[in-house]
Amino acid sequence: MTELQQAQQSSRNVTDVTKDGLRGVRPDRDALTGVATGKPRRLRGRQRDGAPTVPDAEFTSYYGMPVINSPVWSSPDVAGYLFLGGLAGAASLLGAGAQATRRPALGRVSKAGAFVAGVLSLVGLVHDLGKPSRFLNMLRVFKVTSPMSVGSWLLTGYVPLTGIAAASALSGRAPKIGAAATAGSALLGPAVASYTAALISDTAVPAWHDGYPEMPFVFVGSGASAAGGLGLLAAPLTQTGPARAMAVFGVGTELAAFERMEHRIGMTAEPYSRGRGGAYVRAGKVLSVLGIAGAVLSGRSRVASALSGAALLASSAATRWGIFHAGMQSANDPKYTIIPQRERIKDKR
Amino acid sequence: MAPVDIQIGRRPNLAGALLGDTDPATQGGYSDHPPRMGFFTDTSVCIGCKACEVACKEWNAIPEDGLVFTGMSMDNSQGLGASTWRHVAFIEQRKPIAAQDPGVQHEGADGEFRWLMASDVCKHCTHAACLDVCPTGSLFRTEFGTVVVQEDICNGCGYCIPACPYGVIDQRKGDGRAWKCTLCYDRLSVGQEPACAKNCPTNSIQFGPLDELRERADARLAQLHEAGVTDARLYGRDPDDGVGGDGAFFLLLDEPEVYGLPPDPVVTTRDLPSMWKHVAAAAVTLIGGAVAAFAAGRRIS
Repeated sequence: MTELQQAQQSSRNVTDVTKDGLRGVRPDRDALTGVATGKPRRLRGRQRDGAPTVPDAEFTSYYGMPVINSPVWSSPDVAGYLFLGGLAGAASLLGAGAQATRRPALGRVSKAGAFVAGVLSLVGLVHDLGKPSRFLNMLRVFKVTSPMSVGSWLLTGYVPLTGIAAASALSGRAPKIGAAATAGSALLGPAVASYTAALISDTAVPAWHDGYPEMPFVFVGSGASAAGGLGLLAAPLTQTGPARAMAVFGVGTELAAFERMEHRIGMTAEPYSRGRGGAYVRAGKVLSVLGIAGAVLSGRSRVASALSGAALLASSAATRWGIFHAGMQSANDPKYTIIPQRERIKDKR
Repeated sequence: MAPVDIQIGRRPNLAGALLGDTDPATQGGYSDHPPRMGFFTDTSVCIGCKACEVACKEWNAIPEDGLVFTGMSMDNSQGLGASTWRHVAFIEQRKPIAAQDPGVQHEGADGEFRWLMASDVCKHCTHAACLDVCPTGSLFRTEFGTVVVQEDICNGCGYCIPACPYGVIDQRKGDGRAWKCTLCYDRLSVGQEPACAKNCPTNSIQFGPLDELRERADARLAQLHEAGVTDARLYGRDPDDGVGGDGAFFLLLDEPEVYGLPPDPVVTTRDLPSMWKHVAAAAVTLIGGAVAAFAAGRRIS
C-alpha cells in the first residue's frame, strides 16, 4: 500500500468499499454544520481592548443591494406614457362635452390633443419594449391579471377612435361618424386615464404598490388638469369655461389624493419628497397651484390664460415624472422593501 | 417552443387563483399532470463552490454576466438576473455558528466568525406575479407547476421585472427580453433533474416532488434544532405565506434579508382586484368631474 493510499484510507473524506460495507461515507446532506468541531463557544457580548460595539443597524441587507430588480422602463418613454395617457383620456371627455355643449373650438383642440397624446403614448410604449418588432404580441392574449394587457387592448380600441373624432372635427366631414367616435373615445378615455395607476401599482415597487388605493385618483386628477390646461392653452377664451373648471377639479383631486397617499403609506412615501422624484413632485405641486391660480384669475387675458394652461400641462408631466422616479428610488433602496415587511411580520405576531 | 399539446381540463378555480395554498398546475389548467416539482436548497451544507452557477450557465447556454470584482466576500455575480439564474451569496459575520471553530485567530477577528453561503434561484411561486402580469402570455405555468418564459414570445415589455417580489427575473441587455431560471424544463421533460441540483457536490440543492422536499426539510430543520443550530429556519416553505409558498424554498441560518431575500414577500396581484375597483372608482370620478366642469363652465363662459 502506498503512502498515498494510506493517507486516503485514513482520511474521513474518502469513501471506501470494504467487506463490511461502506466506510468513511460522507455525511452529505445530513452534515451538521457547526456541530462537528470544537467546543461550544460563548455567544455574543465578547469584547476586547474596549473595541466599540456597533449598535444594531435599523435593518440588514445583502451588501446594501436592492431586494427587487428595479423596473427597466426608461424615463421619457414610460413617464411620458403615464402623462400622455392621462392627458388623452381626460381630453376625450372634454372633447365630447364640448361637442354636446356646442363649443366647436374647444372640441377641436381637445380631440386633436387626445389623438396626438394617444399616438405618442403608443409610440412611447412600443419604443420602450425590449423587442419593439414584437409589439403585436401584446394582442396575443387578453389577461385581466395584467394591467398592461388590459391597457394594450384599451389603447388599440381607443386611439383609432380619437383619430376618427379628431379628423372629423378638424375637417368638418362625416359629422355622424365623428360624433359616434367622440362618444366612443369619451367612454374609453376615463379608463385610459386611470388604468395606468394599476399598471404601476401592480408591481413589487414599494412606493407604487403601497399607494394603489389613491394612485388612480392622483392619475385622473393629473389627467384632468392636463386636459384643462390644454384647453386653456389652445382654445379661444369664450369657450374655455369648462376647461378651467376641469383644471380646478383635476388639481383638487390630484393634490388631495396625493396628500392622503403620502400620509397613509408612511415610510414608503419618502421617495415622493426626496431626491429626483421629490424634486419633480414638488415642481408639479408648485406649477399646479400657479396654473390653477392663473386659470381662475386670468379671466379675460388670452396670454395669462395660455400661460396658466401651459403651467397645468407642465405640472401634470412633472407629477408623473416624479411618481416614476420615486418608484425607481424606492426599488433601488433595500430599506423600502425590507423595513415595511419586517413591520408587517411584527404586526402579525 | 411552447407546449401546445397540453390537455386543458376543467376551468381553474378562480377563488384559488390569487391567494393561498393551491396546486399551480391544476390552477393553470392541466387536468392530468405530474407532481409539482421544486428545489429545497439547504444552505447549511452549501460550501460556496458555485458549481450550480457554472452548471446552470453551461446547460442553459447563458452568456457571461459581467466579470467584476465586487469585494462582496467571494460573490462576484451579485444577484439573480437575466444571465444569472443561480447565484451563490456569501455572507461573512462576526457570529459563531453553533459550536464551530472557524480557525480564525488574528487580531480583530476574535475567533468569532461564520461564513454563510446560499445558492439563490427563482422561487417558482405558487402565485407568481411575473406570470400574472405578463401581457403576452410568454410566461406560463408548466405541468410541473414551475414558471417558464417562452423566449420566442417575450417582447421585452419588462413588466415581470418589477412585479417579482424577489428580484429574480430581469432583462438581458442587448437582447431586450426577460430571462430567468426554467427549473431546467427541458431536462424535467425527459425525466432528468435540473443541472444545478445534479452538480451540487454536497446535496445542498435538492430536487424532487415538492411534497417530499417539504417533509425532508422539516426533518432537517428538526435535526439542526436538535443539534443546537437554533438559527436554522425554513424560508418559502409555508403554503400560507404571501406567495402561496415557493416551489423552490430554502433552509437559512439567518434572517432572509441577510441573504438579500425579502422577509415577507407578497404577490402584488393579491391586491389587483382592489386596484381595479379603485381604478373604476377613479374613472367614474373623472366622468363626474367632467360633467360638473361643463355644468359649472356654462356659468363661467
